[in-house]
Amino acid sequence: MGVNVPDKMKSRIPVVLLACGSFNPITNMHLRLFEVARDHLHQTGRYQVIGGIISPVNDNYGKKGLVAARHRVAMARLALQTSDWIQVDPWESEQVQWTETVKVLRHHHSELLRSLPWKEGPDQGKVDSPAPAAVPELKLLCGADVLKTFQTPNLWKDTHIQEIVEKFGLVCVDRAGHDPKGYILGSPILQRYQDNIHLAREPVQNEISATYIRWALGQGQSVKYLLPDAVIAYIKEHDLYASPGEE
Amino acid sequence: MENSEKTEVVLLACGSFNPITNMHLRLFELAKDYMNGTGKYEVIKGIISPVGDAYKKKGLISAHHRVIMAQLATKNSKWLEVDTWESLQQDWIETATVLRHHQEKLEASSRDHQQDSPVLERPGRKRKWAEQRQDFSQKKSLEQTKTKGVPKVKLLCGADFLESFGVPNLWKGEDITKIVGDYGLICVTRAGNDAQKFIYESDVLWKHQNNIHLVNEWITNDISSTKIRRALRRGQSIRYLVPDLVQEYIEKHSLYSSESEERNVGVILAPLQRKTAEADT
Repeated sequence: MGVNVPDKMKSRIPVVLLACGSFNPITNMHLRLFEVARDHLHQTGRYQVIGGIISPVNDNYGKKGLVAARHRVAMARLALQTSDWIQVDPWESEQVQWTETVKVLRHHHSELLRSLPWKEGPDQGKVDSPAPAAVPELKLLCGADVLKTFQTPNLWKDTHIQEIVEKFGLVCVDRAGHDPKGYILGSPILQRYQDNIHLAREPVQNEISATYIRWALGQGQSVKYLLPDAVIAYIKEHDLYASPGEE
Repeated sequence: MENSEKTEVVLLACGSFNPITNMHLRLFELAKDYMNGTGKYEVIKGIISPVGDAYKKKGLISAHHRVIMAQLATKNSKWLEVDTWESLQQDWIETATVLRHHQEKLEASSRDHQQDSPVLERPGRKRKWAEQRQDFSQKKSLEQTKTKGVPKVKLLCGADFLESFGVPNLWKGEDITKIVGDYGLICVTRAGNDAQKFIYESDVLWKHQNNIHLVNEWITNDISSTKIRRALRRGQSIRYLVPDLVQEYIEKHSLYSSESEERNVGVILAPLQRKTAEADT
């Protein structure tokens, strides 16, 4: 292992992407975030993405219309059946109460350390990848809309924002109507650690919000091709989102 | 005389499908929901009709692959299917002709069913109309066309198609008239106001505006085939933008590359060629 690997690949920093959110329900757009982020990081030549984690939020987050975590986890699992590098982790959803994002990052990071040497997930089949010598970096994956929420008073603790961008790093996929560069410029903390904030461009504007999905389902309209078929089947089977403002 | 019968509709989408994407498939779903939601129509089928190679569009790969990808994409659909008639023709076929072909097919099929109909009736029994309607409303078979009339084919498209009517020499005036007059258009668009303005500014479209249905696409779903091909050339992922089976097929056959994108460069698009040829005679 590692004998005939070009030096270029060997020196890449291994990265695991973590996405937190409601996933209420998971959509093709969420899944795209991972693909776009991975392509972007690989393009820089400095990173190799070896895994992805979807962490659905705890029920106690208290967001309107949030269906039970066990459903949201099950749907994510179904959506990821055909992915060979992304998985769902229910740890956050199984905690007694809502957990701040930075703590979720800390948890998964220590899990990563515990499981070293990291078993390489299959990459795109082009290069033989050995178990890396370096510790994988865990980065928070999000849309540009989340970056904007750093500005919302009292939503995030400043110390947490700092830890997220300093110790972990952010991969932010842009979204129509948002100006991630502007958000960074508007925040001293983000500016200081901007080298650890990667802005990925999604070339295909794809505004499939879970909000729209829930609305369409409430209206009895089709959501096919916006989320995986297996997830749609699950939603129908369990009668989720059948009426507006589902508790 | 029954006047609360719904008109059965078949949605026909013509295009390159180079490759087919989740956006194409969404157009069908949105159109179906909209038409069924009016209470006047029942969408019974959707047909994807990939254009023939003779169209000569830049970057158009072989119809063989485009048809297979569309078939893979609609494998799990109960109402969408792929029709190869257009793609198998030697010459490029005008859209109005494709519409006519499919409408005639439906009419022939309906006639066949009418010929079978004596089997359905129970001799000597006077059928109450209400009973009959109850029976028929449960079934989804073509037996219904006997009472409801022949299903109507309508052209499904995006706003860019509608606006292409304005491109000089791309369309024959009589074809536009046929399409909106004899058949009808269902146009899915985010820019409803622009589409309405376009209809307003065209005498032909204005005349047949009742046959042009504008369906609102609330969420931006800009998965154009051009962008897919570009992403593929750059080694970027197209997962979740096209059905998994399509993505796998593209990868397996290495379908799109810089070379494939250069096909037909310098060649004039078939409809423009034809228009010029006719002008010369």
